[in-house]
Amino acid sequence: MDLLNAIVALLNFVVVPAMAYGSQLALGALGVTLIYGILRFSNFAHGDTMAFGAMVTVLVTWLFQSWGVSLGPLPTALLALPFGILGCMGLVLATDRMVYKFYRAQKAKPVILVIVSLGVTFILNGLVRFIIGPDDQNFADGERFIISARTFKEMTGLEEGLAVKTTQGITVVTAVVVVALLFWFLNRTRTGKSMRAYSDNEDLALLSGINPERVVMITWLIVAGLATIAGVLYGLDKSFKPFTYFQLLLPIFASAIVGGLGNPLGAIAGGFVIAFSEVGVTYAWKKVAGYVLPESLAPDGLIQLLSTDYKLAVSFVILLIVLLIKPTGLFQGKSI
Amino acid sequence: MNTALKNTALFAVVGLMIAYTGVTQSWNTALLVMNMGLISAIMALGVNLQWGFAGLFNVGIMGFVALGGLAAVLVGMEPTTEAWSAGGAGVLAGLAIGAATIALGIYLGGRMRKGLVRNLTVLVVLIGGFFLYRAVFDPSVAAVEAVNPALTGYLGGLGLPVILAWPVGGLLAAGAAWIIGKTALGLRSDYLAIATLGIAEIIIAVLKNEDWLSRGVKNVVGVPRPVPYEIDLQNDPAFVERAAGFGMDPITASTLYVKIEYALLFAAVLLILLWMAQRALNSPWGRMMRAIRDNEVAAEAMGKDVTARHLQVFVLGSAICGIAGAMMTTLDGQLTPGTYQPLRFTFLIWVMVIVGGSGNNLGAVLGGFLIWFLWVQVEPMGLWLMQVITSGLADGSALKAHLIESAAHMRLLTMGLVLLLVLRFSPRGLIPER
Repeated sequence: MDLLNAIVALLNFVVVPAMAYGSQLALGALGVTLIYGILRFSNFAHGDTMAFGAMVTVLVTWLFQSWGVSLGPLPTALLALPFGILGCMGLVLATDRMVYKFYRAQKAKPVILVIVSLGVTFILNGLVRFIIGPDDQNFADGERFIISARTFKEMTGLEEGLAVKTTQGITVVTAVVVVALLFWFLNRTRTGKSMRAYSDNEDLALLSGINPERVVMITWLIVAGLATIAGVLYGLDKSFKPFTYFQLLLPIFASAIVGGLGNPLGAIAGGFVIAFSEVGVTYAWKKVAGYVLPESLAPDGLIQLLSTDYKLAVSFVILLIVLLIKPTGLFQGKSI
Repeated sequence: MNTALKNTALFAVVGLMIAYTGVTQSWNTALLVMNMGLISAIMALGVNLQWGFAGLFNVGIMGFVALGGLAAVLVGMEPTTEAWSAGGAGVLAGLAIGAATIALGIYLGGRMRKGLVRNLTVLVVLIGGFFLYRAVFDPSVAAVEAVNPALTGYLGGLGLPVILAWPVGGLLAAGAAWIIGKTALGLRSDYLAIATLGIAEIIIAVLKNEDWLSRGVKNVVGVPRPVPYEIDLQNDPAFVERAAGFGMDPITASTLYVKIEYALLFAAVLLILLWMAQRALNSPWGRMMRAIRDNEVAAEAMGKDVTARHLQVFVLGSAICGIAGAMMTTLDGQLTPGTYQPLRFTFLIWVMVIVGGSGNNLGAVLGGFLIWFLWVQVEPMGLWLMQVITSGLADGSALKAHLIESAAHMRLLTMGLVLLLVLRFSPRGLIPER
């Protein structure tokens, strides 16, 4: 029995990747949940909004790289991120003006808005593929590891290494900063309070003189920022490929629903629930079990519950269970 | 102009467009468009049942279509006897254990008293059952997949006539739809959309990865046909003689003959389903569905069980998509799980229904033909457009190469744009609901 090595292996293969992935999902789910809270529909275009923001960032990063501008050990993409956010804000405001505004004025049923957002999804998807192509794009640079497996082993003398990628560190730190800023904005500023009031009770908010168009616009701006940051972090951590962002929709929605649609705190919790279950279920536990169990009991198989091809199924099953048992989510969401 | 005349004119226009393809390109192409148009029309009919009749938003059409395709393999292909003796029993036993575990979990969850004891029992049953299932299932799957993996490596089908696969495809899709509907219906409408999005992705993942079932990405080829093979026709002296009578060479004649037979079969299915859908639309049941769609609260107050009716129509519509999926795999003669794309099999069908006219069966059928025709023609048109736009640029410039290469993605843009424009400016579609 070798508990120390088991813990390090667990940290290395499960906790660190799941923390990074969970932060990305949480940021994505926050965007979905804000749109749901304020505009009252499930935005299917969110994944592709993320892809669009990330794409602008990738293009600007390449420009900076060609100029020789860099942030030293940090990826250049962080420098390009504000431009990506601006580009994405322009895009969502344009789609809102050209597409969603009409249906809002009509007070269309939410399901119509969902269909419309599906149309937007495909236009954005086409646009992204048109501009940058459907292939994998690499834009990460700078230092690869905060701490690599080998240095960790040399430092501690343990058998197992603990590697933390720079992108993973940046993801978690950025997510914490962004979430803190968002909650400060929602709870402390006048505009943030007016947004929460609008989300809680539209009619009362209108009566007290809140301008709905302004609330909607600010929501879109925040969502564009969140989506771009989530998209860039995911792209840095894995790689940028337009189609994967469409596939991220399911885990993102699952996160938002598990936490309770319309509840920002729930979106964050949901993101981590989904990420940890996904990584935990698809991880082969053989190594960890080998350290913890006595030798005679050491397993022969991989003890992998599900192959990684089915990681989508994990978020789906969690989604189904939540819908069956508690449709409002872990934290009280808006309504069923 | 009265409705009947207008509708006939619309169908005539689409027919002429397809015929024009036949004259200018080739009749083989035209019949290919026609056959896929027939299948698309059936899918659109199924979606129209869900959206047009009941206002249910299904984003998982791709999954139900793929299940239909699986049925074509499971019914039509010859069984792999060697694989069956190697691990067939084990696979079936494993699946049975899995199903029994879930059933027991649900039973206990419903029967026992609420509290910690119940939750723990259910958890233990589920986890224990899962490991038992894996212990039985995994070795059998490995044994099955080891049997001649280059050619078979899967259990094969039942070796029955492939036409039987069409209703079976419908049944499979209906089963999946029932599970989804049972959980997601009765909640907010968005939840159904998200749940169907998920099930579609998962069905495709299963088809891609469960090699014992569908050979995964190795594809199943040579699914038997309900119609004769071209080569047999060409070797049949009577057929060659008849072809010569029409002044055609036997090769062209045989390909056309096969495609026409398919077209007749598909048209028969379409007509039966269309007749049934029309009867349903004009029956008390259809009126009830539309009443529920238009005002759920009022319908519920009138004593209608909204959730149960939604489940009913959701299962029926998905079953029709499953039938169409089985027909498509029969026409292709192969199951290729890698080719199922949400754009092609979910989104395109939605565009068909909305452009054709949601709530109107004839509209859905028209949309099926029209949008399929456009879908086939948009890519060459996009390429042509790009060539015109870039004709001013110097040959070999990077921008020109990029634009021409990107023409393939024009389909996504065009279809998205068509959907948004129709929804905005003509939400009732070409043939509006009466």
